[in-house]
Amino acid sequence: MLETPVILVVSFAYLGLLFAIAYWGDKRAAAGRSIIARPSIYALSLAVYATSWTFYGSVGRAASTGVGFLPIYLGPTLMFALGWLVLRKIIRISKENRITSIADFVASRYGKSTLLGGLVAVIAVVGIVPYISLQLKVISNTFSILREYPEIVSPSELGSPSLFADTGLYVALVLAAFTIAFGTRKLDATERHEGMVAAIAFESVVKLVAFVCVGLFVTFGVFGGFGDLFGRAAALPQADELFTLGGPDTGYMNFMWLTVLSMLAIVLLPRQFQVAVVENVDERHVSKAIWLFPLYLLAINVFVLPIALGGLVSFQGAGVDADTFVLALPMAEGQQGLALFAYLGGLSAATGMLIVETIALSTMVSNNLVMPALLRAKASRVTERRDLRRLILGIRRAAIVVVLLLGYAYFRAAGEATALVSIGLVSFAAVAQFAPAVLGGIFWKGGSKSGALVGLSAGFLLWAYTMLLPSFARSGWLPESFLEDGPLGVEALRPEQLFGLAGLDGVSHAMFWSMLVNVGCYVGVSLFSRRSAAEHGQAALFVDVFRQPGEGSRFWRGTASVADLELLLARFLGPRRASEALAEFARGRGLVWSEAAEADAEVVHHVERLLAGSIGAASARVMVASVVQEEPLGIEEVMDILDETSEVIAYSRELERKSQDLEAATAELRAANRRLKEVDRLKDDFVSTVTHELRTPLTSMRAFSEILLDNPELETSERERFLRIVIEEIERLTRLINQVLDLSKIESGRADWQIAEVDLREVIEDCAAATAQLFADCEAELDVWLPETAPPVAADRDRVKQVMLNLLSNAAKFCAPGRGRVAVELRVDGGALRVDVRDNGPGIRPQDQQAIFEKFRQGGDGLTERPQGTGLGLPISHQIVTHLGGELWVESAPGSGATFSFTLPLAGSPVGTTEGKG
Amino acid sequence: MASKVLIVDDEPNIVTSLEFLMRQRGYETRVARDGDEALAAVESFRPDLVLLDVMLPGRDGFEVCQKLRAEGWADLKIVMLTAKGRDIEIEKGLALGADAYVTKPFSTGELVARVSELLEGEA
Repeated sequence: MLETPVILVVSFAYLGLLFAIAYWGDKRAAAGRSIIARPSIYALSLAVYATSWTFYGSVGRAASTGVGFLPIYLGPTLMFALGWLVLRKIIRISKENRITSIADFVASRYGKSTLLGGLVAVIAVVGIVPYISLQLKVISNTFSILREYPEIVSPSELGSPSLFADTGLYVALVLAAFTIAFGTRKLDATERHEGMVAAIAFESVVKLVAFVCVGLFVTFGVFGGFGDLFGRAAALPQADELFTLGGPDTGYMNFMWLTVLSMLAIVLLPRQFQVAVVENVDERHVSKAIWLFPLYLLAINVFVLPIALGGLVSFQGAGVDADTFVLALPMAEGQQGLALFAYLGGLSAATGMLIVETIALSTMVSNNLVMPALLRAKASRVTERRDLRRLILGIRRAAIVVVLLLGYAYFRAAGEATALVSIGLVSFAAVAQFAPAVLGGIFWKGGSKSGALVGLSAGFLLWAYTMLLPSFARSGWLPESFLEDGPLGVEALRPEQLFGLAGLDGVSHAMFWSMLVNVGCYVGVSLFSRRSAAEHGQAALFVDVFRQPGEGSRFWRGTASVADLELLLARFLGPRRASEALAEFARGRGLVWSEAAEADAEVVHHVERLLAGSIGAASARVMVASVVQEEPLGIEEVMDILDETSEVIAYSRELERKSQDLEAATAELRAANRRLKEVDRLKDDFVSTVTHELRTPLTSMRAFSEILLDNPELETSERERFLRIVIEEIERLTRLINQVLDLSKIESGRADWQIAEVDLREVIEDCAAATAQLFADCEAELDVWLPETAPPVAADRDRVKQVMLNLLSNAAKFCAPGRGRVAVELRVDGGALRVDVRDNGPGIRPQDQQAIFEKFRQGGDGLTERPQGTGLGLPISHQIVTHLGGELWVESAPGSGATFSFTLPLAGSPVGTTEGKG
Repeated sequence: MASKVLIVDDEPNIVTSLEFLMRQRGYETRVARDGDEALAAVESFRPDLVLLDVMLPGRDGFEVCQKLRAEGWADLKIVMLTAKGRDIEIEKGLALGADAYVTKPFSTGELVARVSELLEGEA
């Protein structure tokens, strides 16, 4: 069944199917019904990462190093899980600036530098060619192996066929034709290929299903499940080695560097940049791909070890190349259909990679190498041609053919010398050199063109010296002594033990030196180089892409006519699409399109972006400059614009902060205002009350004065009575004023306190004597109970006397009329002296017991006779006792009198001494 | 028949002066010292005019005024006296149905003139 014609027909039928899918995808895209605008397709297209290297090579590597194949898939998983912010930023930048490739990205970042773009393109081509050759080799080899069915023959045993009998050449040519048909049918302003992406997603499904089928067959068909398989593998002589980390090729250093390499590769490989960034339809797809893509990688890796171990067990000693186990195992078991399917899986893995990689590389070659050269070479008169579309498409097609043939040439030359994995790693390490310039470029504004140029060049040279040349040496292109003794016998320069750094495997060694030099040069030169105006502008656009969208036009000043720009655009896009694109842009800005109009900076910038999509940022710059009267911006002006921008940002942050501060301050003020209002209300009440208390005696004084004045004929006794009232009211007024002043003095802390040791017995006796007349007038009896001796208190004697007199006179006023009894008692109570003044008056209602210590709140509510007094006596007494460290309170039940008590701390007790001067 | 004036105030000295002024004018007087006493006195004494202090213990002057008007003493003249001279209180007193509002300390001449004007207008 597996005759050559059958295999060929199946292969071409498969390619035909791919083409049909791509054609359909493009059709749908043109009709505006994209089939790839969904995250699952995006994730599947990312799986172009899994090439034939994965399909066959992982098993090969697993067969020799066990879990050593893992880092290549661990890296991308880590990148998507942890580094998706980086990817999102790169996508946003690329969309804003119509970036078409990784070379374009680097060139654009560093001032749209043609030189830098060219350098990246060269590194990419040189670095990727071995990788391409690897895919060709796989297709060619698997085709040859399958053809020999049922024999299982290693490709190396077949010998190298003559050039024209070599399937590899035909594969390369067929794929070139296929890729041209796929990728360069038209020149799109955004360089997106929807049909191609659809086909790639389909291929990802095919290779996954094929690989899983083989895996299931090996595990459950050939062996009796995982247990049986691993059990029999454990008996292999190399089993111990396979299941442990360690050894030169599987050490931790190697493991780490491979993980880092593949983390970088998943973004920086030209084909990955193409599908992940350029072909990305919607930034939000990334968030779904974060887990979908790692899931795909996990699925395709599950059966790597089972197949590898199965192959080792089945072909023990048969000399079958482990890289071909995926195909050889079904063949050995006589499963023709499965073998053919496995072959198709490998074919789809290889073609997927080849198609995307060559499209990406051809874009780079045409945009960053050929076009700039043509634009520079005046002889080509390229800027004068009317329609440049055909020229550009021609360049790209040629580039595709050249890249594929280069790959084929490498394949012929390098031959069978190296394993699949090693070739792939060479390419990974090459594109890893872009990392400092790309990652530095999107996070560090200080990265300069010179830094990127020097870093990239140095890293590339070291990569070539420590990785590419050794692989040449192994292929026999260079003498073995080059590796063993160093060039010209200088041992320090041995490419795999540079400057005596031994003990590392090839990849770790090369990555260590190239990255050290690359990063060092990039950072070092950037720090010490002057940057041009264009570099400053682009750096800001890249690093701050999330902050100031679409402000690129600010770094440009000049004049151009719309007609000129349209003509320029027409040469690359065709007249119809050019006028459509401009009209659409005008509509978007709410303008009416007129050809005679003067184009402003935004229009020019837009045209440049449209062109950049076709020919790259650097070339677009040159083309636009040819029709525009440009006034170059000086470095100072660009710096001014940038300063202004950062000032505006800083200013708005400042504003935000200030408005928060203001809010807080407002809240505080509001609270303060509430407190003030409360204080104001209290003060108002106080003033109102004092006013009332002042007006009352004044009323009597005025009334009687007027009566006396108006009635000179009044009887003497009546005159006297009236005059006495006037005098009484004057006294009352004076007392009131004094007490208000006194209270305010105590409250404000301005009172003068004469603290000394005071004998309370003496004070009480003095006060009793002073109020004797008052008690006699009220017909009340005063009993004083004093102990023989009492310890002194620390207090102001006059103030204590004031309190005592106030309490005694209150008691006299309130005690039961006619049969009043007042008792005063002094005793020691803890660390204080306590004085009780008990009367037998009407008592104080519980609700008033607190209020009587407030200003102007006299007791006796409901009494017909309003008590004499200002209503300030108790508040003042309370203030005094409190100030002296004691307490003043009342105990009373209505109808059974009231007892006013106060305490004063003994002299020498802690409270008494600390409450010294007020 | 002489007009009857009820004096409502809790300050004895002010009461003394008001009694003197009213009697000198020939009016018959009665004294009440708080709100409840005032309401009872209106009932029993049936005065033509009340000199009503605002700041009274218990029921205050405003309340008394309002109650009297509510009880239908429409012809009774009410002169409110207060030591609190804020405009808002004058407004309040007049709104509650007082005929005049006099702030303390008052001019005896003016007070007497005001009272006789109200009483004679009625006569």
